[in-house]
Amino acid sequence: MATAVTSKIRFHEPQIEMAHGAGGKASRRLIEGLFVPLLCESSSGILGDAAHIQMDGVLVGITTDSFVVKPLSFPGGSIGELAINGTVNDLAVSGVKAEAIVVTFVLEAGLPTEILEAEVRAMAKAAKDAGVIIAGGDTKVVEHGKADGMYISTAGIGRTIPGVNINPASVRPGDKVLLSGPVGDHGITILLARGDLDFEADLTSDTRSVLPLVEALVAAAGPGVRWMRDPTRGGMATSLNELARDCRLGVALYEDDVPVRETVRGACELLGLDPFHIANEGQFLAVVAPEHAEAGLAALRAAPGGDNACLIGEIREQPAGSVLALTRYGASRIVDMLVGDPLPRIC
Amino acid sequence: MKFVDEFREPELINKAADEIRRLADPSRHYRLMEVCGGHTHAIYRFGLKDILPENIELIHGPGCPVCVLPMGRIDDGLSMAQDPNVIFTAFGDMMRVPGMNGSPLEHKARGMDVRIVYSPTDAIKLAQANPDRHVMFFSIGFETTAPSTALTLKRAKSLGLSNFSIFCNHVTIIPAIRAILDSPDMRLDGFIGPGHVSTVIGCRPYEWIAANEKKPIVVSGFEPLDILQSIVMLLRQLKNGESRVENQYKRVVPWEGNRAALAAMAEVFQLRPFFEWRGLGFISQSALRIRDTYAEWDAEQRFNVPGLRVTDPKAAQCGEVLKGVLKPAQCKLFGNECTPEHPIGALMVSSEGSCAAYFNYEHRKTAMLTNISASA
Repeated sequence: MATAVTSKIRFHEPQIEMAHGAGGKASRRLIEGLFVPLLCESSSGILGDAAHIQMDGVLVGITTDSFVVKPLSFPGGSIGELAINGTVNDLAVSGVKAEAIVVTFVLEAGLPTEILEAEVRAMAKAAKDAGVIIAGGDTKVVEHGKADGMYISTAGIGRTIPGVNINPASVRPGDKVLLSGPVGDHGITILLARGDLDFEADLTSDTRSVLPLVEALVAAAGPGVRWMRDPTRGGMATSLNELARDCRLGVALYEDDVPVRETVRGACELLGLDPFHIANEGQFLAVVAPEHAEAGLAALRAAPGGDNACLIGEIREQPAGSVLALTRYGASRIVDMLVGDPLPRIC
Repeated sequence: MKFVDEFREPELINKAADEIRRLADPSRHYRLMEVCGGHTHAIYRFGLKDILPENIELIHGPGCPVCVLPMGRIDDGLSMAQDPNVIFTAFGDMMRVPGMNGSPLEHKARGMDVRIVYSPTDAIKLAQANPDRHVMFFSIGFETTAPSTALTLKRAKSLGLSNFSIFCNHVTIIPAIRAILDSPDMRLDGFIGPGHVSTVIGCRPYEWIAANEKKPIVVSGFEPLDILQSIVMLLRQLKNGESRVENQYKRVVPWEGNRAALAAMAEVFQLRPFFEWRGLGFISQSALRIRDTYAEWDAEQRFNVPGLRVTDPKAAQCGEVLKGVLKPAQCKLFGNECTPEHPIGALMVSSEGSCAAYFNYEHRKTAMLTNISASA
């Protein structure tokens, strides 16, 4: 029996690299090659942001997340509220309204109480804003010099939002791809906040709960919502590649219609980064049936914080399993998953 | 974004593409080499091959500094950083380049102190902040980055910074173009000249190509419209039977180059008698070393450099691809053993490497189109 399971392990890399935590191709290899074969043998093969389990006839969504962002606070947010919003968002894009979260703190000896208190306050506020209770937790302390101040780990649970069924297998050619707002703000904000680069920009992280926007979309487009994802590490490109792979269809992206702030574009041009690979913490992507796309987009735009929502692409038969960006001058390019880790420890 | 959006304007791009179609003689096949890896990247990134007529073939040149560096130099650099007191610094695009026992990033995962810097002056700051450690900067690049290394050396000297050194791997572009032209299997109609290098060296050094080799050369910018306009200029010259040096990138490149940058380079560097290039072999007077007056900051003079010579994996055809003899996908390892995630050759690592650019932006698209036409 043990041999049967071992033989399914496909992860044979000799050591863990930073890229295995970057959310891109290497992360996927580690999860699918080692964790899934040994831990989730009966997994469907489709890896969403949250798991759905039946409990006494009630469909419940459950997720876990951890936060190792460096620096602990940055323009627009900090690790504490990132932990709450990140967990709420993983559930929201799985069609689940978060109800309770438990939290683990891993603290470095020597961390000023003042910093810890600020983060706990930030968590309390984020939880209140998102309408979720913090139901319990755990605390560990490690030696000075470990854990860079603090790491936070969470688990969240909630009930499925009625009338929504998120499943990449239901995605069809002709479906439309919606995006809730500009991409790349979070990753570039963190990069600048680290102060390694000698330039400054007026930019803040987009960290927020996307639950109100998800609820607005679901209310307007209901069963037409086929898939959602919050494009965190690895950015929009990685999320859409996962979709293309899971539904075995192509994603055509109208490159010029993807909203990217000037400051983010500028920073990416200077540093040779692709904004589609940069992490977000307050946006989500949705695939909506064509007949519901217009109503869905209108509902997103009418919801608070959704005014920059856009239709950015559509599902096509080809290139199956890939994402193709189309330009207005009639050229195209493949948009791949993130390779390597240009910006480690972003969340 | 100023200086970017104007050069990505769809209407103007379509106009330039129309002009190219008008100028290209349908009975002729044009082989134009873009020397610079930055151009290779832009050509794929912006999908320019989709809008060029089929009889215009773009040949990718050797202008990717990471790609032309032989593997032994990476191992030399890493061997100096085996000393736990050394902090190894380099630009981000060096980090995943494979050495014999792994890339700098893999050495970092095993415990070596390897750090990415965005400018060599960041390495100086790191040395000032860590007076008990030695900071080594792995410098690389054509004349584009050599001036910033020169200024960094001058700064280290003026600060009297004793815990800092540079492992110099700078190369020069003209000998590489000469080597390409000397290659017997290379038939080229003209060159899209390197833009960034030319901001430093200017346009004059290319005049011999136009005069002796009778090949037109147009120094070009890096936006889609720049590249298309440069192709228009090349086609016009070819149509009129001319071979001149033209400057399409006037908004950045002065004809005479940047005298201050050239002076800083002359003060700090001297030509090596010869240097090995991946794919092109040993080329005389093609690389820079640090002058003896700066020996204190020259890692090669301070440390014991093993001078490793490592041959590329036999099956890898990096050399042929670098010379433009093979297209990336024609290499036996392309997309199988050699991918951006598991690169065997540097051309699959650097964003300026033709294999990485082809793999990232074009490969599956082409495969898909081939499949469609095969099934039709």
